[in-house]
Amino acid sequence: MILLEDVHFAYDGLYTALNGVSLQIDDGERIAIMGTNGAGKTTLVKHLNGLIRPDRGRVIFDGVDAKQYSVAELAHEIGLVMQNPDHQLFLESVEKEITFGLRQLGFSDEEVKEHYERTVSVLGLDELCDRSPFALSGGERKRVALASVLATEPRVIVLDEPTIGQDARQKEKLAEMLMGLNSKGRTVIVVTHDIEFVIENFPRTVAMANGSIVADGPTNSVLSNERVISRCSLTTPQLTQAAQLLHETFPEISQRLTLLSDVEQEIARVLGGE
Amino acid sequence: MPLVEINDFSFKYYGAERLALKKINLTIEEGEYIVITGPSGCGKTTLCRTINALVPQFHRGYIAGNVIVNGLNTREHNVSEYASIAGLVFQQPENQLVTLNVEKEIAFGPENLGVEPHEVRRRVEELIDLLGLEHLRNKHPHEMSGGEQQRVAIAATLALKPKILVADEPTSNLDPKSAETILKIICNLNERDLTIVLVEHRLDLVSNDASRLILMNEGKIIEDGPPREVLVKDICQEIGVGVPKATLIYKRLLNRGINLSQVPLTGGELARLVKGGLIK
Repeated sequence: MILLEDVHFAYDGLYTALNGVSLQIDDGERIAIMGTNGAGKTTLVKHLNGLIRPDRGRVIFDGVDAKQYSVAELAHEIGLVMQNPDHQLFLESVEKEITFGLRQLGFSDEEVKEHYERTVSVLGLDELCDRSPFALSGGERKRVALASVLATEPRVIVLDEPTIGQDARQKEKLAEMLMGLNSKGRTVIVVTHDIEFVIENFPRTVAMANGSIVADGPTNSVLSNERVISRCSLTTPQLTQAAQLLHETFPEISQRLTLLSDVEQEIARVLGGE
Repeated sequence: MPLVEINDFSFKYYGAERLALKKINLTIEEGEYIVITGPSGCGKTTLCRTINALVPQFHRGYIAGNVIVNGLNTREHNVSEYASIAGLVFQQPENQLVTLNVEKEIAFGPENLGVEPHEVRRRVEELIDLLGLEHLRNKHPHEMSGGEQQRVAIAATLALKPKILVADEPTSNLDPKSAETILKIICNLNERDLTIVLVEHRLDLVSNDASRLILMNEGKIIEDGPPREVLVKDICQEIGVGVPKATLIYKRLLNRGINLSQVPLTGGELARLVKGGLIK
């Protein structure tokens, strides 16, 4: 379990990024962190692996204050993929890049091979193995960065904007991989602006604005709360927008619908189809 | 004469094993609003780079066919000659902001092209007004949010008075509200007759504004037409394009034998069609 207790942080002691954030993350959860540009989302997740230490307040892992651990020690438990892949890619081939972390963490040759092969196959990187990450497209580089961390199957997976530059198919594959890791007990935390990715894959959403948490709860209730949507610079998802408008005419249709199959079902019902 | 004419154009980056673009044929007329989409690595960014001659003048490689922009063949003219024809805006605004405040940033391009100072001043004021940058006028780009930076990048690009604005995933790092603001600005610019080429994965945000949707896969253009016609095709889902949810509902209802009279692209349109369907 990860516990943040009243965490405050200001860059250079001047630019406040977190203003008293408290958050409990249980093992095996899937959580999305959403909010405005500059709300403090990235600063928050950098506290989880010790890249940033709180000015005030505490970050506690399984009952132990994280300041007792070095970043290297935390890296065994917590894998962070940064927003910009170019900040973490540095080797000359995709294969070397993805196996680097596995070797650093002491996996055996067999395990390295197995984890590597599984990851590239799920994320559709098979054909890029021998290429230089720097000769790939933006979306492909992003997937290599994701693969290099996901391959190590850390206990806590933290992804900062993982869906940038990814098409719908790639997003599905990424979700599939995250679900697989989650079903093995891994905690998954994403920072994202991608509302639909959140609705489809994350049961809990934490919404942030101005360095504070403004809402924390089940995704469909957080994301259908008008006040939260406007404070956090989010937009209402298409299907919820349709549901809200349909609700005006058909009060029996819930305003909180977010799933494709639910909206389809309701519309078919009012239009009298099968 | 079309603004952009791409004829049988193929391109392979120097050192790459595969063609990034394969026999592309594309004509862009003035005033169009074109959205380009497709799986990552399909050649969208490379296609954007052909429009201002970055390919092949800066990014070298094997080329076949021709790209003619505003009557100039990109094989024969340098990138600088396209500066006031095609303006590019990138995903990361910080990659293209170079000066210390907004006024200087907007003035940088035209000053370098030798535009008269009073004209530079006029353009700066016009763009600060058009893009709502007044409160940022003297701010350093690094003190701004991503959405503000992207607005400045667009203003700086427009200061060169391009005929076509090419924006390569300009909103993918932005929160949804800021993304909406940028896309609204792009749509307004198109209404003022600027030709737009926009690369975007989130079709739910742009399909309703665009006049034309181009689908790419493996270096080729595989569909090209009005968004409502392209997005209902099964190929979109087959190659993994993010079809708007409202459009997906339309397709699912069709499978159940319910035909909404039109293809919806937004939640609002879907609700309107359902209500209209009931009245009939």
